[in-house]
Amino acid sequence: MTMTYEKLMQIKEKNRELVMVRRLVASKAEEMAKHTAYRKQILVCGGTGCTSSGSHKVVHALEKEIKAKGLTDVLIVKTGCFGLCALGPVVIVYPEGAFYSQTTPEGAKRIIDEHIIKGSICKDLLYPETVHDDGEILPLSQTKFYAKQMRIALRNCGVIDPENIEEYIALDGYAALHKVLTSMTQDQVIDVMLASGLRGRGGAGFPTGRKWAFCKATKSDIKYVCCNADEGDPGAFMDRSILEGDPHAVLEAMAIAGYTIGASQGYVYVRAEYPIAVERLKIAIKQAREYGLLGKDIFGTGFNFDVEIRLGAGAFVCGEETALMTSIEGKRGEPRPRPPFPAVEGLFKKPTVLNNVETYANVAQIIRKGPEWYSSIGTETSKGTKVFALGGKITNVGLVEVPMGTTLREIIEEIGGGIPNGKKFKAAQTGGPSGGCIPSVHIDTPIDYESLARIGSMMGSGGLIIMDEDTCMVDIAKFYLEFTCEESCGKCTPCRIGTKRLLHMLDDITKGNATMEELDKIEELSAHMKVSCLCALGQTASNPVVSTLRYFREEYVEHIQDKRCAAKKCKDLLHYVIDPEKCKGCTLCSRNCPVGAISGKVKEPHHIDKNVCIKCGLCKQNCKFGAVYMD
Amino acid sequence: MANMAFRGTPKQERELRKFIRKHKEQPGAMMPVLQEAQGIYGYLPREVQEIIAEEMNVPLSQVFGVATFYSQFTLTPKGEHTVSVCLGTACYVKGADKILSAIEDRLGIKAGECTPDGFFSIDSCRCLGACGLAPVMTVDGEVYGKCTPESAVKIIDSYYEEV
Repeated sequence: MTMTYEKLMQIKEKNRELVMVRRLVASKAEEMAKHTAYRKQILVCGGTGCTSSGSHKVVHALEKEIKAKGLTDVLIVKTGCFGLCALGPVVIVYPEGAFYSQTTPEGAKRIIDEHIIKGSICKDLLYPETVHDDGEILPLSQTKFYAKQMRIALRNCGVIDPENIEEYIALDGYAALHKVLTSMTQDQVIDVMLASGLRGRGGAGFPTGRKWAFCKATKSDIKYVCCNADEGDPGAFMDRSILEGDPHAVLEAMAIAGYTIGASQGYVYVRAEYPIAVERLKIAIKQAREYGLLGKDIFGTGFNFDVEIRLGAGAFVCGEETALMTSIEGKRGEPRPRPPFPAVEGLFKKPTVLNNVETYANVAQIIRKGPEWYSSIGTETSKGTKVFALGGKITNVGLVEVPMGTTLREIIEEIGGGIPNGKKFKAAQTGGPSGGCIPSVHIDTPIDYESLARIGSMMGSGGLIIMDEDTCMVDIAKFYLEFTCEESCGKCTPCRIGTKRLLHMLDDITKGNATMEELDKIEELSAHMKVSCLCALGQTASNPVVSTLRYFREEYVEHIQDKRCAAKKCKDLLHYVIDPEKCKGCTLCSRNCPVGAISGKVKEPHHIDKNVCIKCGLCKQNCKFGAVYMD
Repeated sequence: MANMAFRGTPKQERELRKFIRKHKEQPGAMMPVLQEAQGIYGYLPREVQEIIAEEMNVPLSQVFGVATFYSQFTLTPKGEHTVSVCLGTACYVKGADKILSAIEDRLGIKAGECTPDGFFSIDSCRCLGACGLAPVMTVDGEVYGKCTPESAVKIIDSYYEEV
């Protein structure tokens, strides 16, 4: 069908109240729910995290129970990610906004029987933080996890049904595209993007408006718009969650970019490891075509734009822009030197704009609400918000979105709920294999592009891994180098051989085979790689080593000189030791030791000669008193 | 396992050739074709690459070049079941390495290999995005979260019990 403004507004009005029930405070939501066909709405997270914890079983149980009880005024909505992935499967019941965590199929049955039918909320199943001491139920927005967050890129995630375009339209979806196509020139769109201060969320932080302006200025009959959804940083899942929870936001922004630069074809390059995101994106593209929001003559303006999906095949380097485009062309995904930049010569040798998913998720809202609104959020140089995938040794693992300038401490201690098991915070890793570790002395650094670069890390795409005192920093550096070494495409020598040599030296350190000279060599090689590698993968590959060496040099020295790993992570440096307090002198260990490394008299504490010990572990297995441990 | 005889059927070949003819004109068709081919055959042996080279009218070396570049493509067959351990950062920090070695010990093979009876193969992968459940592993796509070395071995054993 051909979409018109009137039709868009009709769809919006038709669905508005239904969706707004999920966005208002309980008292107002209850009033609004009366105007809809549904007395209760049950939202179940259908993101990857909750699906992995079994949310589809919960949905099934809810549906079965609703059918059995003959309820017709209850709606089940499968949404995208709510953010609190560790508490999955997550279920929210509106209009009350009751937040059930770690829901089981049995719990789902109780929610229907007790809450939906009898009207009494199952308080014991709620997320404990939402139940006040006096039994009152707090809205989710007042819990510690959500209080400091500001949701712009994630605004629809966990609110709408991502497989229903009408719910996206109900929350002003595609209004920005209409505005751009009917009342703005290409240059006006660029001016708005520039004024908003939006910078690329893929990591490097290049101003989006400038990128679009470059591409618009290049003359060509054909141009392309690409979306980078090849989220390869291990431990990062921001882009996946946006695609799963709000795919139309990305499509709308790509169409806006297409109009601005003069392109009629878009490609989304997405990881094959994200099956749910791919499926939702496919549905979204199909629906957008049916509603005339993609395809020919959009809004009757003569503007044509369509989007195709291309699946990645597990190559980290394809997150690099030139490699990504080479991969879409059906070749080995190797990067190439720049210039020419993609804005001049990109996909199929045509001018191309490439932005990442999260960048696109901001675009439509900037157009609708104006650049002043957006630039009022954040810091001097970094505007708006940033989504982080909070993981590692942290209580609230999940997806968080905070205004730029929020400190690491606020994210870790307040939103993240601190470090579990009473352990101490040691470092935070941002930027994945290209980033660095931030030690506890810098925990009050406000997060923006420049501040993170100054302390030797980078914004990156948004992976934020928290490490506690049990983490060995040399081991972590080695972990990242193993990754880049394996993912190096091999095209340029400094990266192909440099990553291998760095890894080799780190390996020696963790095995106690290195000398202090190695540390100088690591620093020298890292400096060379930074300037001579072809693409960002190699140029930044040494960052994890350089930053840990900068802040945790004493750990490297301890590994080399004392042959000791304080975190007890590097197995080659550990030795079996007998605790004289616990040893009863039963001789069982010394009798079983295959190399005779254990000495001691009967009924007296025994001793292991670490020069003879082959670390077979038999003594530890055999000891009835738990006296043998590794140190 | 790499020397295992190719056992493609005429039906599979027809399916693949049909797909290629439908898509070969679209720009950058090589990746979707390889993905489809692996979907049909489970892996990409030389015989399959030859079909692709012939249909797409490109040298075999080019097909081989692309197929070996991406870790998703495999030139050797996989086991009936595939266990994949996530070695992404969030899982690694929570001890994914111990899970992988427990499974390797249990099956007596290393990551990237297949058991001699063709029943199980082990893979490692880089982040499934289920970091909230770290450490995570999957068996045939089914996700198992918050694993321990013991629970991982139990999960593997349960597949043998089903037989």
